[in-house]
Amino acid sequence: MLIYLLKRFLWMIPLLIGISLISFFIMHLAPGDITTSEANFNPKASEESRQKLRELYSLDKPVIVQYGLWMKRMATLDFGTSFASHQRPVFWQTKDKDGNISLGMIQEALPITLLINVLSLILIIAVALPLGVVSALKQNQLADRSITLFVFIGFAIPGFWVALMLMYWTGVQHNWLPISGLESLGYEHMHWYAQITDKLKHLFLPVFISGITGLAGISLFVRNGMLEVLHQDYITTARAKGLHENRVVYGHALRNALLPLITVFGLSIPGLIGGSVIAESIFAIPGMGKLFYDAVLMRDFPVIMGILTIGAILTLIGNLLADVAYAWADPRVRRGVIQ
Amino acid sequence: MKKVFSNPLALIGFIIIASILVLAFTAPLIAPYDPDAIDVKAILLSPTLHHWMGTDGLGRDVFSRMLYGARISLMVGFVAVGIATAIGIVLGAIAGFYRGWVDTVIMRIVDVMLSIPTFFLILAVIAFLTPSIWNIMIVIGLTSWMGVTRLVRAEFLSLRNREFVLAAQTLGAKDMRLIFTHLLPNSLTPIIVSSILGIASAVLVESGLSFLGLGVQAPQASWGNILTDGKEYIQFAWWLSLFPGLAILITVLGYNLLGDGLRDAFNPRSSQD
Repeated sequence: MLIYLLKRFLWMIPLLIGISLISFFIMHLAPGDITTSEANFNPKASEESRQKLRELYSLDKPVIVQYGLWMKRMATLDFGTSFASHQRPVFWQTKDKDGNISLGMIQEALPITLLINVLSLILIIAVALPLGVVSALKQNQLADRSITLFVFIGFAIPGFWVALMLMYWTGVQHNWLPISGLESLGYEHMHWYAQITDKLKHLFLPVFISGITGLAGISLFVRNGMLEVLHQDYITTARAKGLHENRVVYGHALRNALLPLITVFGLSIPGLIGGSVIAESIFAIPGMGKLFYDAVLMRDFPVIMGILTIGAILTLIGNLLADVAYAWADPRVRRGVIQ
Repeated sequence: MKKVFSNPLALIGFIIIASILVLAFTAPLIAPYDPDAIDVKAILLSPTLHHWMGTDGLGRDVFSRMLYGARISLMVGFVAVGIATAIGIVLGAIAGFYRGWVDTVIMRIVDVMLSIPTFFLILAVIAFLTPSIWNIMIVIGLTSWMGVTRLVRAEFLSLRNREFVLAAQTLGAKDMRLIFTHLLPNSLTPIIVSSILGIASAVLVESGLSFLGLGVQAPQASWGNILTDGKEYIQFAWWLSLFPGLAILITVLGYNLLGDGLRDAFNPRSSQD
């Protein structure tokens, strides 16, 4: 197990180098250099901050030196300061000479996005698992067909459209749910339980929207996994030795069908992080997606590069965790029998 | 082909896509109004016989704009997936045919691309270039070739040592001939299926980008940017938000049904299910 972990961990190094190359390449996509007005550079930025940027990214040095410096900054997670938001640090808090702490932008936004994504993963599991299992057990019957129809619509439905419709229906027409932000006015003066309900009310729609596309995919995945497992010999054996059908389905089949799901969750992380742009910008939630969207609109270059890199690193960590979980759950993987 | 159309879902998918193609191609003939013509006397009219889908905040006819928007959706889907499939076939074929270190390098590049959240990558590129329909198609294409590459590679790996390929090789067939006349034609089905499913997601990405204001720019109509306008008038003009959303849903559903039906029709194992 230890060797497996070590191998898997070392594996991240070439991936990180690749990510640094791609983000470096994107930074050089802009016509001219990134500090000129041709690149639609944020007009708010002063000549001074332009000069700072040129220094930060060493644009006067040869490309290979620039890349070396960019790697060094990536390794220390130093993405400089934002143009648009009064020189706030992009990633993590810094202290100025008077001892005032200014919080990092990603530092503030990341927990919010993680919270929404964790909640929507829970929602996905809670809904997609039973749907997939029922679909497989009632194969080709009415229940299966309706679930399949639901899955197809789930794949095809544009999340931002559902968001818009739900926002109108629950927020504007009926006033059931708040339509933007994370907290109501006067949040600080509420009781702790009122604070929790307020947060949950604000989180409901964004979590639902983030979950809705993943839901279809996962329930289809569970269905197909169950169908495959149910045809295996050990299921026939379990039935033949007289086990109760519930034990066969939930004790034997489901456990094995769920194994590959660990990897699927690992792989769905970039999609979830990317998808947060739409949900968060519609509901004005100050997470990574909204931060990124605003940065793109303002051409706030350091923030864009910072989020791109942190997003990729998060994905790598997610995949690593998924692989470790898989190895923990499946002895064949950790002993190297199957890859 | 017969098998495809005996699957009712695939048939529905085919009919949906074919009708949208016809509507998009004949848009100039059937559109009742100029899609960009502003009419201040007809602002935010609800759907009537004159304006089937109502008018928007500038008095433009929504039905005409939807027809022209269909052209954008189709074009983005086909061009973006064309780019992605071309890259995927070339890289996948090289990796699966030559194996060894070339394969390792290509597959590592795939891993790297897959670990960067695609939507972030697309937005980052758009931030540095100007948002235009061409840039969007190219960017979507350049960020979605990884699946096809893996697919083509896997097909090639499994076909590479089959008798008919070895026989051709023994007869002195050159690498190019082996790839293009023996291996590629036998891998076409999964490529076509994944391309059709790829078009579906490209349509969704384009409409999402346009909705965020980073895609097709006004006054050019796209389903995504009609929805953006609709967002502002959602309290008094439901038709501005309803029709483009439905159009996207139906189009993407059509591609998915068709792609899925094709996969089932060509996959001998799935007919046992």
